[in-house]
Amino acid sequence: MEEKSKIETAKPKKKDPRAMLQKLNRKPFLLKSSPHLQSEYSIEKIMRGVILALLPTTIFGVIIFGWHALFMILVGIFTCVLTELLFNLISGKKFKLTDGTSVITGLLLVLTLPPSFPISGVILGSVVAIFLGKMIFGGLGYNVFNPALLGRAFLQASYPVKMTTWILPNYAEADAITGATPLGLLKFENIFTSIKPLILGNIGGTIGETSAILILLGGIFLLVKKYADWRIPLSYIGTVFILGGIFWLIDPTQYPNPIFHVFAGGLMLGAFFMATDMVTSPVTNKGSWIFGIGAGIVLITIRLFGGLPEGVMYSILFMNGFVPLINRYTQPKTFGRLKNE
Amino acid sequence: MSKKKVTLIQEFLKGIWKENPILISLLGLCPTLAVTVSAENGLAMGLAATFVVISSSIIVSMLRKIIPSEVRIASFIVIIATFVTIADRFLAAYFPDISSSLGPFIPLIIVNCMILGRQEAFASKNGIGRSFLDAFGVGLGFTLVLVLLGTIRELFGSGTIFGIQVMWDSFHPWAVMILPPGAFLALGLMIGASNWLNELGEKK
Repeated sequence: MEEKSKIETAKPKKKDPRAMLQKLNRKPFLLKSSPHLQSEYSIEKIMRGVILALLPTTIFGVIIFGWHALFMILVGIFTCVLTELLFNLISGKKFKLTDGTSVITGLLLVLTLPPSFPISGVILGSVVAIFLGKMIFGGLGYNVFNPALLGRAFLQASYPVKMTTWILPNYAEADAITGATPLGLLKFENIFTSIKPLILGNIGGTIGETSAILILLGGIFLLVKKYADWRIPLSYIGTVFILGGIFWLIDPTQYPNPIFHVFAGGLMLGAFFMATDMVTSPVTNKGSWIFGIGAGIVLITIRLFGGLPEGVMYSILFMNGFVPLINRYTQPKTFGRLKNE
Repeated sequence: MSKKKVTLIQEFLKGIWKENPILISLLGLCPTLAVTVSAENGLAMGLAATFVVISSSIIVSMLRKIIPSEVRIASFIVIIATFVTIADRFLAAYFPDISSSLGPFIPLIIVNCMILGRQEAFASKNGIGRSFLDAFGVGLGFTLVLVLLGTIRELFGSGTIFGIQVMWDSFHPWAVMILPPGAFLALGLMIGASNWLNELGEKK
């Protein structure tokens, strides 16, 4: 309080830099949440880029799983934006429709749900994702865990059966056929799926995870535009490939080959779009490597030795919890620091 | 002399909101989180703990000049354990269903820090009347929070309140609410809401 009053009472002199700055620019202090620095990036621009990158796999999901998937996506996005709006209204924060992050959260949440999921569940998950996952912590930039994955984890714990009921792609035919995902087939029936359908996406799975090639397309777009840190997907997928490869070499009849690991399930979607979330991933380069490698180890452990067929969600959420610690211990050395310090 | 300023009614009321054992002091969280899968369980646990805290507060207050301060904790525990045993046997005899669903958490009231805290902080320093009012208020505050928490978790986790169906038919219960994460979520939100209400009250 004291400092504030000092600033207010100090009259700007003629050569006061602050006054000069004020002359140059009427708004000397631009208040925004991270990412800071003056660059061509802004939250809105990056979020538009992410939505654009997600479009191919979203459209593909709607095509192969039908209108219900589209309805789920729209409801998810709408509920997320509405929840953020209502929270801001009630807590008296600045009225702002959305900066696009809630749209991404809603879209990502629905893309990780099974295509036959009930709409009431989508609404519940969206509210939990924004309210418990983001706003309760203080809004964008303060959340510890990825909001979309938190919403999904809540749904996974609430509706364990519905979250694991999959329908096979039916190309808009009337009858939905239930079937297992490739990872589920592997885990519970020990059936290996060949790689080609995994890449093309003609398999059971969540709305947005089936086609590896389309996700890769969007992911590369993000990396080229530098909207995402390339170190995280590379170290995450790389660790899964190497660890999966080691187990495959030990016993090829029991463990799937590493290429299967990379293309199956939600790894692609998680590695490019969720692990790279700027708020919940480390800020340092070294930290990004640790984050990706840690998530890869957790994922392989769950897939090969855990009770669940898939572990992308838990592996990323698990590493999200370590991000503050990773940031703290991977601070780069300051320039000019003495050796013994 | 400061305690003279506190009126008797304040002594009673402070345990319900201002010094609520769970929402403000965060004491006795183990039974709070573990048993509140239903409103009924919460009520039973709350009443048992209230009985124990009132009875032991009265006894400790009566014996406060006799108990040597070196062994006071052990003495408090013996007194508390006596009443916990009474409550445990009473529940087992008259409400066997509740007794079995609460399981080991009734005997565990002995080590509930909310109860020991009242003996150490209040009953061993104040007269019988004030100790009774203090323990009654704290016990009531504890019970109210447990019932509310149990109601919230039962409502969303099973769609019922005190075993009566209240949610509509097509409501899918959120299984997570009757699992341990639901306890932490619901309690955290309740504490957050109580802090929010306190802040609103201060602003006015």
